[in-house]
Amino acid sequence: MTETAVQPPAWTPDQPIVAIREVRKAFGELEVLTDVSFDVMKGEVVCIIGPSGSGKSTLLRCINALIPINSGSIQVEGQEVHSPHLDKLALRRKVGMVFQQYNLFPHKTALQNVMMAPVHVLKEDKAEVEARAYRLIRKVRLEGKENAYPGELSGGQQQRVAIARSLAMNPDIMLFDEVTAALDPETVKEVLVTIKDLAAEGMTCMLVTHEMGFAREIADHIYFTDRGIIVEHGPPATFFTDAKDPRTREFLSQIL
Amino acid sequence: MLASFQDFFRQLAEDFPRWNFIFFHDPVQADRILTGLGYTIMLSIACVILSVIIGVAGAWMQGSHLRIPRMIVQGYIQFFRNTPPFVQLLFFYFALGQFTPTYSPDGWLEIPVISNVGWAIISLSFFAGAFNVEIFRAGIEAVPRSTVEAAEALGYTRLGIFRYVVLPLAFRVSLPALNNNLVNLVKTTTQAFAIAVPELLYQAVSIWNDYPSALYPAMLLLFVVYILLVGILVFGMHRWEHAMRIPGYGN
Repeated sequence: MTETAVQPPAWTPDQPIVAIREVRKAFGELEVLTDVSFDVMKGEVVCIIGPSGSGKSTLLRCINALIPINSGSIQVEGQEVHSPHLDKLALRRKVGMVFQQYNLFPHKTALQNVMMAPVHVLKEDKAEVEARAYRLIRKVRLEGKENAYPGELSGGQQQRVAIARSLAMNPDIMLFDEVTAALDPETVKEVLVTIKDLAAEGMTCMLVTHEMGFAREIADHIYFTDRGIIVEHGPPATFFTDAKDPRTREFLSQIL
Repeated sequence: MLASFQDFFRQLAEDFPRWNFIFFHDPVQADRILTGLGYTIMLSIACVILSVIIGVAGAWMQGSHLRIPRMIVQGYIQFFRNTPPFVQLLFFYFALGQFTPTYSPDGWLEIPVISNVGWAIISLSFFAGAFNVEIFRAGIEAVPRSTVEAAEALGYTRLGIFRYVVLPLAFRVSLPALNNNLVNLVKTTTQAFAIAVPELLYQAVSIWNDYPSALYPAMLLLFVVYILLVGILVFGMHRWEHAMRIPGYGN
């Protein structure tokens, strides 16, 4: 939390923005991540797919230190996430996260939801943040809904407010945890379009998703996890048509 | 106007000797009632505010990941919830009161730094505060874990999450129960009578001791005044509940 936190080793944009090495995570007896390693480069869009319970959401939560890992290492912009010297605030302003259930603050309007963290956490100037919040709400195509409370918005609209709320912190990386899984089919698209815009602007995105068509369209790289390990990965062009591992093939045959 | 009002009650007392509304025609007795009312309102407001502060602080401590603060709050709740508030009041005033330092403005008098009014406020606030902690805790538990997680992901500290997310939501859930407890608190201020705090009950009893003919009128006055006081509190709380309602949420 303090300025005197240990300086992260110099990180340059040609190095992986997220570097995951031999990560193991168990909840008691239940091993969720057995041995996960991979890199994400700046500007890359990575999709993680796999059956439920394969540790995808857990992996995302480890990246912004919402849950601790048992062993291994996760570095974000060269900074070790699971170090006792971690500056959590510095990490979390770099890494934005959007959740399956949107998790907006129900007692605040859409605009206030977007403004809260920059004002409270980053202590930024309120007028400046407000101007930015209006811009972000326009960006997620919710103009006119600034003063609506989450309870007055549809699921898709709430999810887009949640994306704007995350973007208000000016993150370098965005984590999306099954963000369309709780949505009505007709509102899924509006959220996906928003994510696509972001990806097109060069935002580094990591998505856990069941939307295979979408993953194929926007991902630079796809990882398939099953029982805590990465079974197979590759660019979408080869991943969907040329999967080698029988588990991947079985999963794809069920879902496509 | 005032004179004819006084004359009416003076005449009433002559016609019906058991209905001597003495505080309506004797300025000295009227003054006693007004003083008592002032103390009752002061006690109520001070205890309501203090007990709510204790409730919020206790609920915050209960959520600590350290064992000691949690145990302190638990012990506090058990003690104050499971013993009679009347006994607590006597304990504070007569037992703890002996140990309070005194000061002397003139070299003769020894005045304790905490007066009987002070002890009444402390004792009643801690009593109602113990219930408020439990009330707020129930509200806090109703805040979804996922909402807290979202605040964590945005970089909020534990205190920030409590202040900006958990407490505002928990408060809304807690209001009906809090309302009940505060109504009880206002009524319980009458116990301060036992340590000679000159509040409304004390004054009423003094009056009917001095003027037995004023017994029924003074009791009637007590009921009417408390119905009004609690009515105002409940009205205010309902207005507040209404103002805090979140559009499209929970109703």
